[in-house]
Amino acid sequence: MLTRLNTSLSRFVLVLAVCVASSFFEVSSVMGNQLTFEPDKTYGAEQARKVSRPATRWVTTDHSRHPVLQQEFTSPQEVTKACLTCHNEASRQIHQTIHWTWIDPADSERQMGKNGLTLNNFCISIHSNEPRCTSCHAGYGWKNGQFDFSKEEAVDCLICHDTTGTYEKFPTKAGYPVTTPTKFGKKTFQPPNYTVIAASVGRPTRANCGACHFYGGGGDGVKHGDLDSSLYNPSRQLDVHMNSEGANFTCQRCHSTDAHFISGRTYKQPAFTDRRSLIEDDLVKRISCESCHTATPHAVGHKANDHTDKVACQSCHIPAFARVKPTKMYWDWSTAGKMKDGKPYKVKGEFGKASYMTKKGHFVWEKNVQPEYFWYNGKMDYLLVTDKIDPTKVVRVNFVEGDKNDPDSRITPFKVHRGKQPYDAVNMTMAIPHLFGKDSSAFWKNFDWNASLTAGMEAAGVPYSGEYGFVETEYHYPITHMVAPKEQTLSCNACHSKDGRLATLSGSYMPGRDGDRAVDIVGWLAVLAALIGVIIHGVMRVISKPKSE
Amino acid sequence: MPSKKLYLYTRFERFWHWAQALLIIVLLVTGFEVHGTFELLGFGAAVSIHNFCAWTWLVLYAFIVFWMLTTGEWRHYVPTFVKMFEVLQYYVSGIFKGESHPVPKSERIKHNPLQRITYLGIVSVLVPFQIITGFLYYLYNDWAAFGWELNLSAVAILHTVGAFAMLVFFVVHVYMTTTGHHPLSHIKAMFTGYEELDEDGVA
Repeated sequence: MLTRLNTSLSRFVLVLAVCVASSFFEVSSVMGNQLTFEPDKTYGAEQARKVSRPATRWVTTDHSRHPVLQQEFTSPQEVTKACLTCHNEASRQIHQTIHWTWIDPADSERQMGKNGLTLNNFCISIHSNEPRCTSCHAGYGWKNGQFDFSKEEAVDCLICHDTTGTYEKFPTKAGYPVTTPTKFGKKTFQPPNYTVIAASVGRPTRANCGACHFYGGGGDGVKHGDLDSSLYNPSRQLDVHMNSEGANFTCQRCHSTDAHFISGRTYKQPAFTDRRSLIEDDLVKRISCESCHTATPHAVGHKANDHTDKVACQSCHIPAFARVKPTKMYWDWSTAGKMKDGKPYKVKGEFGKASYMTKKGHFVWEKNVQPEYFWYNGKMDYLLVTDKIDPTKVVRVNFVEGDKNDPDSRITPFKVHRGKQPYDAVNMTMAIPHLFGKDSSAFWKNFDWNASLTAGMEAAGVPYSGEYGFVETEYHYPITHMVAPKEQTLSCNACHSKDGRLATLSGSYMPGRDGDRAVDIVGWLAVLAALIGVIIHGVMRVISKPKSE
Repeated sequence: MPSKKLYLYTRFERFWHWAQALLIIVLLVTGFEVHGTFELLGFGAAVSIHNFCAWTWLVLYAFIVFWMLTTGEWRHYVPTFVKMFEVLQYYVSGIFKGESHPVPKSERIKHNPLQRITYLGIVSVLVPFQIITGFLYYLYNDWAAFGWELNLSAVAILHTVGAFAMLVFFVVHVYMTTTGHHPLSHIKAMFTGYEELDEDGVA
């Protein structure tokens, strides 16, 4: 009996010793990793920096020596034709991309896109406004709904491949540059010297992409909030990857490109679904953070690695957008059309930006804006101009897809642009205004909403009742550019607190934010009762005390 | 007046007592910060320190259990109802009348029936409960890999319930240390190991 007890006791002791030893091991690893608060070791960034050397590209041709480019070009299409003599697949490749079609290639119904039935809450739609909007089309001559998308020479090669910085499309000429010096606002546009430009074509730089993408919505930083002219030559503070004195990434360093197809999100099409990194597949698109940094980019054992399955990198590493230049956050079309002394006018507001324009209504610009956060699976869905709306509620012109239970969804930062814009008060659909043009129905000519909406809706091929109102709308942009230096990364408290950034993103338990109210109340009452109890007991002891002494 | 000294608390016993006291205080402070009750060290630091203390306590706990078993000290924690009522009566009324404690301390009986049941409850129910809920909480990110379908909210709330229980114990326990013949004599005993007793053997 005693021996048996002894054996089992010694066995127990052995197990215990093993437990203790392994706990010590755990503790030392915990100490090593979790108690190191110093931010010097940036595992992921360090690793990435080792492999992201400045790109020295080899080019096997000198374009200035090609006889076909040594001619006096009289039109930009002639340049394109010359390009196509060698690059004979290029136009057909471009024709497949959203840069050309302005329709989401992933949308089988061909409805999503600027050339489809979607809208925004800036200038709303391109239909009937083409010559102005298509100054950012990678082509020539899309001035109305009749544009021939099959012409190969209508592709604009130079807007992406000009390296001289002198090639510019005029803002209102349907994608054409000027043929004689022409003023637009304060700026004079010069006719391009095609021979010089064609002789020095090369791979796109930030300036090529930025010429359109930094000016979405018709002005610097209007639309995105994380894309504006400050990214031409960003500091490290603004963008650690594009930092012009550091890694100096071009756009396509992340937006990996195959035969003119540029990776990135298009409407319902996520920027990526493949979360593998270059370590797992050397031909993976570099469009996601994970492609280079992997899904566990922080030091081994760092808690942040446990967040990457639920939180997008951008959420912590882009603490604010529009950090250098302001972005438009609110646009109220309903107040447009007011006159001062019978004339259109402008009011200048904060940051030197207009706060009111007769042509466009009221604006609010903001700088250094804290994003809003949503569960996001990489897809955005868009309202169509044919969809029914409820004008008593805020209409989401586009919205974020995702769910906390979806393994592909991450908590992701967004810019939400709010505003008021016209809708058809009888058909209960959104409405498209004809804004730009010299004809009498253009809103920017005669400020007549009904005439403008009639023309705009007709151009889009959508019925219009003749009665309109204004409805509050929201438009969402995922925030993914302007990745800040590590020292600006959000602290845990930014979200793990009662009134933190994720205060309204309900549905899942988050330490520091959530708890059970009843448990907290009962718990603190119990603690309070214990305290009061011992205080009363103590006071009674003092009062009743010392007769025995 | 004290007349005899009893060596009741050996060096390791005193060590584990104060080490646990410190760990409990730090765990309560950091735990309630993680819970969002206040902001002191910052959430990240609070989590790291909380986890570190939890691991430390686990190791210490293993040593304590080992010590209890090998030294036979576990006998002091075997619950008994003998004199339980008298002890309760003493704390409810006798203590105010200057009566003596009904269970004098001795090497054979270090704890009164109320202490026995309380300490046994803590060591065998509350601490394991916190270890289990705490570990589940800690391993949250691996649940999927283990195939566990748990609810973080439930785990976190249970762990919070345990924390409140520990805090209530802490308040009462600290107060009870003042009920010796001098308010600090029990605390002194836990430092020196010697409990000072009067003629009746009452501390």
